[in-house]
Amino acid sequence: MRLARQHKNKFDFLSIGIYLALICFGWINIYAATIGSQDGSIFDLSQPYGKQLLFMGLSVVLGAIIFAIDAKFYERFASIVYLIAIVLLLGLFVFGKEINGATSWYAIGSFTFQPSELVKVAVSLALAKYLSDMQTSISRPLDQLNSILLVLLPTVLILLQNDAGSALVFLSFFFVIYREGLPNSHLYILVYLVILTLVAIKLGVLIALGFSALFFLIQPLIPKGKYKFKLWSFLAILGSGIVAVIARYFYDNILQPHQRDRLNLWLGFEEDPEKLADLRRTILYNLNESQKAISSGGFSGKGFLQGTRTIGNFVPEQHTDYIFSTVGEEWGFIGSSLVVILFVTLMLRIIYLANLQKNPFSRIYGMGVVAVLFTHFAINIGMVIGLFPTVGIPLPFFSYGGSSLWGFTILLFIFLKLDSNRLNEW
Amino acid sequence: MIRKYLLGGLVVGIGLIFIGKLFMLQIYTEQYDIENDNAVRKEFIYPKRGYIFDRNNTLLVANEASYDVMVIPREVKAMDTLEFCKVLAIELEKFKSSLEKANRYSPRLPSVFVAQLAKKEYAMLAEKMHKFNGFYIQKRDVRDYKTDYAANILGFIAEVNNNTMASDSYYNLGDLIGKQGVEKSYEDLLRGQKGVRYVQKDRFNRIIGSVKNGAYDTIPIPGKDLTLTIDIELQAYGEQLMTKKRGGIVALDPQSGEILALVSAPSYNPQLLVGRERSTNYNLLNSDTINRPLFDRGLLQMFPPGSPFKTLTGVLGLQEGVVNPTQIYTCNGSYIYGRNNRRMICHCGGGKRNLISAIAKSCNSYFADVYRRSIEKYPSASKGMDVWSNHLKSFGLGNFLGYDLPIGKRGLIPDGGYYDRRYPDFRWGATTTLSNAIGQGEILSTPIQMANWTAAIANKGFFFKPHLLKPNDNYEIDEDYVKPINTSIEPQYFEPIIEGMSEVFTSGTASFLNVPGIDICGKTGTAENYTKINGKRVQLTDHSIFMAFAPKEDPKIAIAVFVENGYYGARWAGRISSLMIEKYLKGEVTLKAMEALVLSKSLEEEYQKPYSGKPFLINQ
Repeated sequence: MRLARQHKNKFDFLSIGIYLALICFGWINIYAATIGSQDGSIFDLSQPYGKQLLFMGLSVVLGAIIFAIDAKFYERFASIVYLIAIVLLLGLFVFGKEINGATSWYAIGSFTFQPSELVKVAVSLALAKYLSDMQTSISRPLDQLNSILLVLLPTVLILLQNDAGSALVFLSFFFVIYREGLPNSHLYILVYLVILTLVAIKLGVLIALGFSALFFLIQPLIPKGKYKFKLWSFLAILGSGIVAVIARYFYDNILQPHQRDRLNLWLGFEEDPEKLADLRRTILYNLNESQKAISSGGFSGKGFLQGTRTIGNFVPEQHTDYIFSTVGEEWGFIGSSLVVILFVTLMLRIIYLANLQKNPFSRIYGMGVVAVLFTHFAINIGMVIGLFPTVGIPLPFFSYGGSSLWGFTILLFIFLKLDSNRLNEW
Repeated sequence: MIRKYLLGGLVVGIGLIFIGKLFMLQIYTEQYDIENDNAVRKEFIYPKRGYIFDRNNTLLVANEASYDVMVIPREVKAMDTLEFCKVLAIELEKFKSSLEKANRYSPRLPSVFVAQLAKKEYAMLAEKMHKFNGFYIQKRDVRDYKTDYAANILGFIAEVNNNTMASDSYYNLGDLIGKQGVEKSYEDLLRGQKGVRYVQKDRFNRIIGSVKNGAYDTIPIPGKDLTLTIDIELQAYGEQLMTKKRGGIVALDPQSGEILALVSAPSYNPQLLVGRERSTNYNLLNSDTINRPLFDRGLLQMFPPGSPFKTLTGVLGLQEGVVNPTQIYTCNGSYIYGRNNRRMICHCGGGKRNLISAIAKSCNSYFADVYRRSIEKYPSASKGMDVWSNHLKSFGLGNFLGYDLPIGKRGLIPDGGYYDRRYPDFRWGATTTLSNAIGQGEILSTPIQMANWTAAIANKGFFFKPHLLKPNDNYEIDEDYVKPINTSIEPQYFEPIIEGMSEVFTSGTASFLNVPGIDICGKTGTAENYTKINGKRVQLTDHSIFMAFAPKEDPKIAIAVFVENGYYGARWAGRISSLMIEKYLKGEVTLKAMEALVLSKSLEEEYQKPYSGKPFLINQ
C-alpha cells in the first residue's frame, strides 16, 4: 500500500534548462563543424547535423518516457538493468562491429549503437542499489570488494573490446564509493599504486621495488604506536612488487603502441628527440589544430559559421570528440567559458540535489551521475584544450552521436525523476 | 567533510582551470590575425597597370591579355595527349616533364604549364579546352607596346626580386614591378593598388569559398595613365637618324624642362622584353658588351664636352668681369703659356677675335685667355677654381640633374680642392688646368647635362629640371619640375654668347647646317678620345658633338647630340641636330639630302677598327 502522494511531481527546471541549452548549443556547433561550405537542409539525414536533430527529438521522447515511469521502478529494476547491460557487452564479442579499432558497436542498418554508453547508466543504478542496501556496509572489506567488482566487471569487458577511453570513465565510480565511506587509507593506497605504476613504467620494476622498499623501511621512523613492522612491511613490499610487474607488463604488452605514445607524451617520458618530433606531428596534430582553432577565436569568436579553421575542416573529428574547438573558434572566450560554466552549474546543481535526497539510492545515484558527467567533461575539454592526453570520449550533450546523447539523457533524466519524487519518499 | 565536498570541489576546480586555460589561449596568448591563419589564403586581384601616352596623346604602352595554360596535376585524366601537344606546339617529352614538374610542386595546386600563349594558340586551344581535364587557361595582363621606339625611356616590367620584396611589403612573389625607365620611376602611379581577397581553404589546401563573405577583402585601385613629355615622332626620328651609329640625343623644351626626345643608340624594340621570349632576349641584350643596347648613352655616357663648353667659359668670364664682349684678342694660331712655352693649338684660322667671333670660329686661344684670367683674378688658383666651379655647378653640371629616370651620372667639374689633392707638392695654376677652358682636361659631362646648359643659355640664365612626366587629370608633377632654377650668371651676359652661337650658323663652323626659316643657335664640338688595345693607349676617331637651340627668339627646343667616333662636330652631330630641330619645329623635314645622308651613314666600320687587330687610321 502506498500513501497518497501529497506532492505533485516537481521537476528541477534549472537542470532541464541547462540540459536543453547544452544540446541546442551543441547542435549549432555540430552544424557549423559539418556543414562546410555546402548548402543543405538541416533535416538532411545523410548529414551528421540532420541525424543529430533526429537524435535530439528522440532524446526528448526518451526523457518524457523516463518521467512517465514510476520512480520506484529504477531502484527495483536496477539489478536487471545491470544484467542486461552486461549481456549487451558480452554480445559485442559475437555481434560487435569494429569502428576505429574498438569492437564496441552494434550496427543496425546505417545506424550504430554503442552499449557502453548505456552501461554507465546501469552501473550507476546498480552501484546505488548495492550501496544503499541496508545489508551493505562499506566499512566491511567484502562489501568494498563487491562494490569495486561491480564496477570492474563492465570495465574489463570494455577494455577487452579495445575501448580504453570508455573504460577509463568507469574509474569515476570510485568517487561514488569513496563518497559512501570507503576508508581514506584506500585512497592513499590508490595514490601510492599510481605513483608506483608510473615509477615502474618510467624507471623499471627494480627501481620501483627499491622505491617501495625505501618507503616502507622509513615508515617505522614515524612514531605510530603499535606498528606490526615485520609482517605487514614484508607483505606490502611483496604486493608492491607484484603490482609493479603487472603494471610494467600491462604497459609493455597490453597497451597499443599509440596509447603508449600518448601516455609517454603526456607524462613527459619520451626523451628521443626524433621520436618526439614525430609524435608531435602525428598524435599532437589534432591537439595542435584544436588549440589553434580555439585561440584564433579570441574574446568574442569569429561568429557562427565564420570559423575559418572549422570551415576548412582542419580539426579532425571536430563534430564528435573535438566539438569544443568549434565553440572556441566561433564563439570565442565568451562562448567557451559559458559552456564550462553551464556544465559546472549543472553538476553542482545535481550534487546539491543529491545531498537533499532522503533516499540513499537517489543520493548515491545522483553522485554517480555527477561522477560520470565530470569525468567526461574533464577529460574531453581537457584533451581539446591541451591539458590531458588524447582520450577519445565525447563531451556530454554536445558531441555528435546518438548513443552518447541518449546515454547521458537517460542518466540525467532518471536522476531528475528520482529527485522529483523526493518529497514523496517515506 | 572531505568526502562530501570532494566531487563538488573538483568540479569547481576543474571548471576554473579550464576557464583559466581558455583565457590563456584566447585572450592572453594571441589575437586572431587573418594573415597568419593557414586556413585562409590571401589572393591578390591585380589592377590594370596605367597606360603611357606621349605629349600628343599618342598611346605608347597599353596592356594585353596573355594566357597561361595552368594544370592541376591530380585532376588530369586520360586524354588525347598528342592533340594537346600539337595545339600547344610542344613535344610529348616536354609535356611529360612539365606535368612531372607540376606534380612535384603540388598535385592539388595549380601550376603554370605553358606560359604566355600567343593569341592564335589561345584561340585554337580555347575551343578544345573542355576535352582536357585538369587544364585551364588563366588570363593575365602583360605590356603591349604600341611603338618600336623609346625603349630606354619606357623601360620594362619584370617579376619582383627578393630584395625588393624584403624592403617593400607591398610586393609578393610573382608580382610585376617596373625595373627600368618610367616603369620604374613612376611605378607607384602606374601600378595602382592591388586588391586582396581572402579565400577559405580546407586542410588539403583546396579553396572552398570566401571568408566572411568578403568582409576583409579590398577592391583593387587601377593604375593611373601617364602622359610623357616626349614627342614620339621626334623620338622615333632621332632613333632612325642614329641607326648604325652609337651615341645619344637629348632634346628639351627650355621653357619647361620637358624632355622631348631622349635617344640612345643602339637601342632595342621594347616589345622584345615581353612574353615568352623575355628572358632570352634580355640576356642577349645584356650580354652584348660591345654595342651595349641597354646602356642609355643620353644619360650615362660621360665625355669631355669639347668646344660647346666654350660658351660657358665665355659667359663665366663675362660674369667675373675679366672680359667684355667687344674686347679684341688676336689669335696667332696657338696659345703659348707656361715657363716652357707650352702651346695650345688653335684651328680657328687666326686673326682678331671678339667674344662673338671666337664662339663662331671656336677659337681655342681666346677662351684659354678668358679662362686664365677668370682663375687668376683671385689671389690663389684654388680659390679661383672654386668660384669657377661653383658657377658651372649652378648649370647642373658635376652632379645628378634630378630628372625622373632611375639612372644617371654626375659628370665631373673639378674645383680647387680637386687639384690640391691631385698636385699636393706643386703650385698649380690656371695654366696647369688650361684644357678646361675648351671643355677638355678633367671636365666630363653627359648629353643630358649638355642639353640642360644649352637650355639655360637659351633662357638667359635659368633652367627647369629636365623631366619626362607631363601633368594630366590623374596626377600632378613634382613641384621641383615647375620651379625655375637660376644659374649664378646674370641674364645680360648671355646675349653675346647667343649672338656667337647664332653666328656659328651664319659664318661659323656650322654654316652648312642652316634650316630654312629657323634661326638656330648652336656650337660644334669635337672631342679626342682614347682606348686601350693590348695595354697600349690608342687614339680613336674623335667624337662628334653638337649643342643647339632654336628659334633664337623664344626658344622651343634645346638639343645636345653626341655621336661616338663621328669625327668633327658638324659632321654628324650637327646634321642630326638640324634635322631634329626642323622635324620638331616644322613637323616635317625639308632637308631631304641631308636626311638621306645621315640615314644611310653607318659608323659600324669605325667601331670595328679597335677590334680588327690591325693598325687603322682615324679621323678620315
